[in-house]
Amino acid sequence: MKKLSTIVAGGLALVALGAQAGTLDDVKARGALSCGVSTGLAGFSQKDEKGGWSGLDVDVCRAVAAAVLGDASKVQYKPLTAKERFTALQSGEIDILSRNTTWTHTRDTSLGLNFAGVNYYDGQGFMVSKKLGVNSALELGGAAVCIQAGTTTELNLADYFRTNGMSYKAVTFDSSDQTRSGFESGRCDVLTSDQSQLYALRIGLTDPSAAIVLPEVISKEPLGPVVRQGDDAWFNVVRWSLMAMVEAEFLNVDSASADTAKASGSPEQKRLLGAEGGAGEKLGLSEDWAFNIVKQVGNYSESFERNVGSGSALKIARGLNAQWNKGGILYSSPIR
Amino acid sequence: MSNEQLVKKSPSFFNNPKNRSLVYQFLLLAGLSYFFYGIVSNTIANMEALGIKSGYGFLTETAGFDILMSLVPYDATYTYGRTFVVGLLNTILVSIVGIFFSTILGFIIGIAYFSKNWLLHKMSIVYVQIFRNIPLLLQVFFWYFAVLAALPGARDSINIGEAFFLNVRGLYFPAIVGESGSGFVHAALAIAVIAAIIIKKWAKKRQDETGQQFPVFITAIGLIVGLPLITNLILGTPFILDYPSLQGFNFAGGVTVIPELMALTLALSVYGAAFIAEAVRAGIQSVPHGQTEAARSIALPEKRIMSLIIVPQAMRVIIPLLNSEYQSLIKNSTLATAIGYPDLFTVFVGTTLNQTGQAIEIVFMTMAAYFAINMLVSVIMNFMNGGVALTERK
Repeated sequence: MKKLSTIVAGGLALVALGAQAGTLDDVKARGALSCGVSTGLAGFSQKDEKGGWSGLDVDVCRAVAAAVLGDASKVQYKPLTAKERFTALQSGEIDILSRNTTWTHTRDTSLGLNFAGVNYYDGQGFMVSKKLGVNSALELGGAAVCIQAGTTTELNLADYFRTNGMSYKAVTFDSSDQTRSGFESGRCDVLTSDQSQLYALRIGLTDPSAAIVLPEVISKEPLGPVVRQGDDAWFNVVRWSLMAMVEAEFLNVDSASADTAKASGSPEQKRLLGAEGGAGEKLGLSEDWAFNIVKQVGNYSESFERNVGSGSALKIARGLNAQWNKGGILYSSPIR
Repeated sequence: MSNEQLVKKSPSFFNNPKNRSLVYQFLLLAGLSYFFYGIVSNTIANMEALGIKSGYGFLTETAGFDILMSLVPYDATYTYGRTFVVGLLNTILVSIVGIFFSTILGFIIGIAYFSKNWLLHKMSIVYVQIFRNIPLLLQVFFWYFAVLAALPGARDSINIGEAFFLNVRGLYFPAIVGESGSGFVHAALAIAVIAAIIIKKWAKKRQDETGQQFPVFITAIGLIVGLPLITNLILGTPFILDYPSLQGFNFAGGVTVIPELMALTLALSVYGAAFIAEAVRAGIQSVPHGQTEAARSIALPEKRIMSLIIVPQAMRVIIPLLNSEYQSLIKNSTLATAIGYPDLFTVFVGTTLNQTGQAIEIVFMTMAAYFAINMLVSVIMNFMNGGVALTERK
């Protein structure tokens, strides 16, 4: 019966398939990386005034492009809503999904996808208007809550309110911009999303100082890039591109000091930047894969500060996203 | 010549057109079957190779998310299969309400076109031109943001007494909760409706036979309102009102009509009415002018001409057009996803698909549901069409 109904279901659908294995070859042949990003989230993936894309997730794609093609600007960005993102990746429309996607068990196992790492450790929080006089998420019983449809946010919200015996009304929207207009118009009392998104959304309010982010963090949201299953070579490339950025910060190499480090740095720095060791060849890339990443995109801390930290409007502290020896949990494997 | 030479040789197999057509149909069928078989087996093989789970097992898993509005009991502990039911009922609700209001509004505007009043005539034209030419998605957004922007916050609602409240969170009014004995009142209502139908049929028969008219409309209203009311009073009003009251952030109790539903109904009704008005206009113009002239010559008043002579004959043109319009409205209700009204598309293809990743099964189920709803509407409309269509002598 299951097979029959699947046959009937399949009979009304067409699934376009991208190449199973060989995404690395496809990207090299095409000369550009096809990168799935959000429709616009400050700090993570957003179109800037010049028409280019910038953000923490965008930097991951740029790093992969720098590693594979030698040029971080050779990326085609495809904006996707939360509903389309996985089908776009499954069908081969994009090579990598870098769209503040939470790494969960269901997504990793049942969709034919693999998470290649975590580029931001986040958690879900709440934002309310200061006028309500609410200081804690436990006082939110009976509220109307604006959420983006089809995200882990919806599920965590349901769990949290049920655990604490509170009721609520879920007002769902397609994009985070719509959740913000719903919050501003008064349609809902509370806006809930990953904390990083809350800070980004708050900037877009007409009066950012009138909203506060409540202290409770109610879930773990490890955000990271996603690729298709069954393509281990490509998986390795993406995983190690991300790790190269973290390792570069650990080894105190940044875009300014990359040249000197490659020429006369410590043995670990030289191995990272390709002066010795042959790490690139094992990935199927040129030896200056990591050098290109650090020089053109920067190391993790440069990317973080530029997009979501002190150099941006969001001003998020490193917190969990600092190196393991500086109070955070970022830990990259050694390049050797 | 001998008899054998006069016997015609039997023609070749392909000279017979019936045989030829059979062969072509068989070839076409074989070709199509091979094509579909190829697609289906390719899809299944590809999904297995990609590691994408398939099958309908996800329908029994816990959903884990809440839905804003549901006509049946629902919370996050129910299954994904339940979300399908919730979405389906919400779609049916908005479709029925939209069809109802758009038909009424469409008929009014369509008939207004033929009014001798210059203003009514022009307004009808202007209305149709405006609402037919603007994309429906824009109209949906307009009504939603207009509705949201115009209404006050929950703390300063527009209210009538302590019973009716209107604010940006919705329209609240008291719910009528039946206690024991309320079943009799419901039964009285049902009996009154059936009696009204019987009286209408009886009155028509009497008019056909004797020519005497009977005030059916007044009697029907009297029955439908009076009989349950009397039963209600006799039993001592076995109903209590559940009033909505402001508790903390929002109103609790009573019935809530969410602004998403209001905006979507407004948009669908106003848009559909423009098309239905044109269908009504086409129908009325299809009735030969001789009918109107003949009716006037026997001194029927204008309103009676329209309701007794013109519109019944116009219906045979209007009903097939209404059929398409209703189906179009039902499919357009999927635009609910733009404003967050939890209809079948938003809840099932939006949230459930994203949470489970089972795109093909979910889209197939949704397509089957919309197909079934539209087929039902089509069957009903065709049945009504059969009642008004021109019948020819066979």
